[in-house]
Amino acid sequence: MGMKNLYLLVPLAPLAGAILAGFFGKVIGRTGAHLVTILGVAISFALSVLIYQDVQAGHLFNGAVYTWMESGGLKLQVGFLIDPLTVTMMLVVNFVSLMVHVYTIGYMAEDPGYQRFFSYISLFTFSMLMLVMSNNFVQLFFGWEAVGLVSYLLIGFWYTRPTAIYANLKAFLVNRVGDFGFLLGIGLIAAYAGSLDYAEVFAKREQLAAITELVTGWPLITAICICLFIGAMGKSAQFPLHVWLPDSMEGPTPISALIHAATMVTAGIFMVSRMSPLFELSDTALSFVIVIGAITTLFMALIAIVQTDIKRVVAYSTLSQLGYMTMALGASAYSVAIFHLMTHAFFKAVLFLGAGSVIIAMHHEQDMRRMGGLRKYMPVTYLTMFIAAIANAGLPPFAGFFSKDSIIEAVHFAQVPGAGFAYFCALAAVFVGGLYSFRLIFFTFHGKERFREAAHDAHGHDAHGHGHHAAEPHESPKVVTVPLILLSIPAIASGWLIGTVLYGKWFGDAIYIAESHKGVEKMAEEFHGVAGMVMHSVTTLPFWLAISGAATAWFLYIVRPDLPAVIKKKSGVLATILEEKYGFDRFNEWFFAGGARLIGRGLWKGGDQALIDGVMVNGSASVVGWISGLVRLFQSGRIYQYAFGMIFGVFALLTLWFNRA
Amino acid sequence: MNSQLLSLAIWVPILGAVPVFWIGSERRTLVRWLSLAVAVAGFLVTLPLYSGFDVTQAGMQFVEQAPWITRFNVQYLLGVDGISMPFILLNSLVTVLVVLAGWEVIEDKQAQYMGAFLIMSGLMNGIFSALDGVLFYVFFEASLIPMYIIIGAWGGPNRVYAAFKFFLYTLLGSLLMLVALIWLFLESNGSFNILDWHQLRIGIAPQILIFIAFLVSFAVKVPMWPVHTWLPDAHVEAPTGGSVVLAAIALKLGAYGFVRFSLPIVPDASHQLAPFIIALSLIGVIYIGFVALVQTDMKKLIAYSSISHMGFVTLGFFIFNQIGVEGALVQMISHGFVSAAMFLCVGVMYDRMHSRMIADYGGVVNTMPKFAALFVFFAMANSGLPATSGFVGEFMVILGAIKFNFWVGFAAATTLILGAAYTLWMVKRVVFGEVANDHVAKLTDIGGRELLILGLLAVCVLAMGLYPFPFTEVMHASVDNLLKHVAVSKL
Repeated sequence: MGMKNLYLLVPLAPLAGAILAGFFGKVIGRTGAHLVTILGVAISFALSVLIYQDVQAGHLFNGAVYTWMESGGLKLQVGFLIDPLTVTMMLVVNFVSLMVHVYTIGYMAEDPGYQRFFSYISLFTFSMLMLVMSNNFVQLFFGWEAVGLVSYLLIGFWYTRPTAIYANLKAFLVNRVGDFGFLLGIGLIAAYAGSLDYAEVFAKREQLAAITELVTGWPLITAICICLFIGAMGKSAQFPLHVWLPDSMEGPTPISALIHAATMVTAGIFMVSRMSPLFELSDTALSFVIVIGAITTLFMALIAIVQTDIKRVVAYSTLSQLGYMTMALGASAYSVAIFHLMTHAFFKAVLFLGAGSVIIAMHHEQDMRRMGGLRKYMPVTYLTMFIAAIANAGLPPFAGFFSKDSIIEAVHFAQVPGAGFAYFCALAAVFVGGLYSFRLIFFTFHGKERFREAAHDAHGHDAHGHGHHAAEPHESPKVVTVPLILLSIPAIASGWLIGTVLYGKWFGDAIYIAESHKGVEKMAEEFHGVAGMVMHSVTTLPFWLAISGAATAWFLYIVRPDLPAVIKKKSGVLATILEEKYGFDRFNEWFFAGGARLIGRGLWKGGDQALIDGVMVNGSASVVGWISGLVRLFQSGRIYQYAFGMIFGVFALLTLWFNRA
Repeated sequence: MNSQLLSLAIWVPILGAVPVFWIGSERRTLVRWLSLAVAVAGFLVTLPLYSGFDVTQAGMQFVEQAPWITRFNVQYLLGVDGISMPFILLNSLVTVLVVLAGWEVIEDKQAQYMGAFLIMSGLMNGIFSALDGVLFYVFFEASLIPMYIIIGAWGGPNRVYAAFKFFLYTLLGSLLMLVALIWLFLESNGSFNILDWHQLRIGIAPQILIFIAFLVSFAVKVPMWPVHTWLPDAHVEAPTGGSVVLAAIALKLGAYGFVRFSLPIVPDASHQLAPFIIALSLIGVIYIGFVALVQTDMKKLIAYSSISHMGFVTLGFFIFNQIGVEGALVQMISHGFVSAAMFLCVGVMYDRMHSRMIADYGGVVNTMPKFAALFVFFAMANSGLPATSGFVGEFMVILGAIKFNFWVGFAAATTLILGAAYTLWMVKRVVFGEVANDHVAKLTDIGGRELLILGLLAVCVLAMGLYPFPFTEVMHASVDNLLKHVAVSKL
C-alpha cells in the first residue's frame, strides 16, 4: 500500500536533511544546510497534513516496517501506528519544527556551528516523529532516548561554556533516572504480557489488571503504570525530576522553544495518553500522577516570579504548564492534556522565540533587569509576546484559556485521591501564572529603559562586529519575526478548536476512558460553544484569579516599580527559598553527585585496593612467600644441616624398624 | 563439505605470522602490508562460516575431526554452533583493526608485535572452535603467552608487574580447570570430546566441585567481581592493540567457557549455584559502576566499564531464559565493538599526548572535531543508547532479568544511570570545554587510517543497534537447544 511509504517518508525526510547537513555541511555550505533541512521538515509537514486528512477520512494504520529482533518468543518490530492522536502530534511537532528551522536562520546567522545546529534540530525532528508514530514500546523507547541524546547535544551546543556542558550532562543523567523507571515498566509488560506491541498489550490489559506481581506483591498494573510514569516525569520534567529543565536554557534559544517547551518535554504527556488503556485501570497510579502534576504546577510557577533571566522565567512557566497537563492526565482527561499540549506548544514557542528575539536585540543579554521599555524598539516581538503572555495566563479568548480552563474543570470533576489538593494547586497557580506572565512583559517591554546603564558596565559584547551603536536595540529580521507571527496565530486561535478536539470525537478510539472516570463527558454536557465558554468564564474564579495576577504585575512593575525590592526584603526567607529553587540543586549535587563519588572512592580504595588487592591478592602472594620462606629453611645449602637431617632420619627409621610389631 | 574452514581460520593467521617474523622489523613497510594481508585473509576465510551457516540447526557445523594423541584419545576436533560462530568472525575482524591501529605508533620491533597479534588471533579462533577438551585447554593456555608478551614488551612503565599479575591470575584459574578436564576424561571412560561430556551423568557433589573448578578459571577471565583487579592493571600497561584484543576478545573466552562447559556439563550445579553467580554479577554491575565513576585514568575507567558490562553477560547466562542468554551473547559481541572502539579512542589521544589522565585533557573537540564526534558516539554506545549495539544486549538481559525476578532486573537496570554517569562525565571533562592547555591546543585531528578504523567500528555498532535480527537469528537454535539441555537434570 502506498500510504505506508508515505508514513515512512515522514520521519525519513528530516533524517535525510540531518545527514546531509551533518556530514556534508562543509560541501553544501550554510545556505545549503538550511535549505536541505527546511526542505526535509517541510516535506514531513506537508505529508502530515495529507495523512491527517486521510485519518479524518477514517484510514487508520497499525503495521510493521521490519522485524528488529526476535528472542524468547518476543517479536520486536519497528512499525507505525497512525491514528488521530499520532497525527495530532505529527502536526504539532512538524509545524513548530518548521517555524524553528526558519527562525534559526536569523538567530544562528553568525554562529560558526550553523550547519551542525541545523543537522541536530532535524535529527531531533526525526527522533520525535519516531517516538510519536511508534506502535510499540521498543521504538517508543528508541525515540525517547534519541530525543534525549539530541537534547544533550543541543544544550551543550556551545561546548566551550562550562555552564552548558554541566547542564547537558545533568539533563542526560536526570532523564536517565526517569528512563530507569520507564525501562522497568517496559520490562514488566514484556514479562507478563509477552509482547511489546501496543495493540497486543492493550488487548491483554484486563488479564494484566488481575495479576499481582510475583516477587514484589504489588498489583501489576499499578506497578507498570507508575514505572512508566517515572519515565514521563524525567522527560516531561515533573517534580522532583524537574531540575534539568531550567538549566537546559544554556542551549541556544530556538531549541529551548522546540525541544524544551513545545515538543520533547511533552513526550511524557503523549506517552501517558497513549497508555490510557493501562492507566485507566489503576486509580492508585492516576492519583500518583495527579499529585505529582499538582506539585509541579504550583511550586514551579512560584519560582517563575523571582527569576530575572528572561529565558528562565519562560522555563519555569513551562514546568508549571507541564504540571497542568500532568494533572489532566491524572484526572483521566487525556484529550484535554493533549489539547493543552497543542495550544501550549504554540504560545510557549512564541514566548521562547520572542525571548530569543529580545536576546538578539540586546546582544545576548538575558537579564531582565537590564532591559525595560523595549516595546517601541521591537513592536512585532512585543505584540506577539504579549499575545502569548495572555494565552499563557489563561485569559479568554486566547488559546491557553480554553485548554487551561478545561484542565481546571476536569480536575474539579476528578474523583481519585489527591484531586482536591490538585484542584487547589490548579487555582492558585492561575493567579501566579497571571503574575509571572505579565511581570515578564512589563519588566521587559515597559517601564524605564535600563539597557543603556547596562551597556556601560558590560562592554564585552561589541566584539563580534555588530556595528558601533550596538547597545541600541532594534527589531529582529524577517526570518525571526515571520515565524513569531505565524506561531501567534494558533496561539490566539487554536483554542477555538475546543469543540472539535475535546467534544467532537477528534481522538476516536485512540484514548480510552474507564466508565468511572467520566469527567470529560460531564464537561461536554456543560459545553455550549466557544462564545458561551468565554462568556461563562467571566463569572468564574479562574478568570478573576488570572486578572488579579495580571493586575498585581501591572501594579508592581508599572505603577510602583520600587515595590518588588521592598517586598523581597520583607519576605526574607521566603524569597531566599524561591531563589534557591527549594534547594533541589544543592541537595542533588551534595547527596547524589557527591554521594556517588564518595561510594565510588570508598569501594575503589577500600574494596579493590585494600581488601581485594591488599589482602587477597598480595595476601596470597605473601602467604606463598611465607611458606616458601619456611621451605627454604630445609634447603639452606649447609652440609652440616643436611647431615644432621640425614642422621636424624636414619635414627628415626631404625627406631621404627626395631619397634615393629 | 567445506570442512577446512575452521582450520583455515586458526592456521592462516598463525602460519601467516611466520613470514612476518622472518622479514623482520627493519623492513617496516613490507611487514605492515604483509601483516595486513594476513589479517584480511584471516578475516575473509571466516566469512563463509556466516554465509554457509544453517540457522535451523542447533548442533555443531563445519566439523573437522582427526586423531591427535591416540593414546589418550585426544582429537583434533573442531566445530561451531550459533553460540561460538559469531565470535570467530568478531575476533578475525578485530585482528584487522588491531594491525591497522599498530601501523605507525609501534616503532619498536614491529614485526614481532604484528606477529604476536596474528598468532593470538589464530589461537583464539581455536578456543572458540575446539570441541576436544585438551585441544581447548592448549589453545586456552597458549593464548596467554602472546598477550603476556604484548603487555610485557610493548607496555607502559609498570608493564612487568601488570604482565605477571595477568599471567598468574589467569594461570591459577586454568590449573583448576585442567583438574576438572582430567576428572571428566576419567569419568567418561576416556573421552576428551566436550560433546560427550554434555551427555555424562554426574552426581551432585562432583558437579559442584567441577562447577567451582570451571568457575575459578572462567571468572578470572571474564573477569567477575571479586577476581577482576588484574584487568585494570593489564589494560593500563598494555599497548592500545593489546587493550583492544583483551577487551574485545580475551574477556569473552571466560564467558564462552560458561556456556560451553559449566552450563551443559553440570546443569544441576549451575542451577543450584545460579543465585550466587547472579549476586556476583550484580555486584559487578553496580560496585564496578561506582568504582568507574571516580577513576582518573581513562583506560582504567574503560577497563572498569568493561567489567561492569561483562557483569551483564554472566547475569544473562544464569537467569536461564532465552532472551537473557541471547542478550548476554549479543552483549558479548557488542562489547567487542564498543570496548574496542573506546580503547582505540583513548589510544588516539595517547599517541598524541602520551597521557591517559583525564585531568590532562579538556576541550579536545576544539582541535579534533571529527574525533570528538566519534568518541561521543562510542560513549553513547557505551552508555547503552538505543540504535547502538550497546543497547540491544543490555535491554535483552534486563528484560530477561525482570522476567526472572523484578529486583534482579531493578538492580541490573541501574546501569542505565551509572553507565551514563561515568562515561559521559569523562566525555565532559575530556572532550568538551575550553582548550585546557597548550598540549590540547596543538592536537591534530584523526587522519585517514584512524578514521577508517573508528568508522568501521561505528558502522558495526550502528548496524547492530538498528538491525540486531541477523545476530540473534543465528543463535536461536543453539541457545534453545542449550536451555532445553540445561533444564534436564543429570543426577
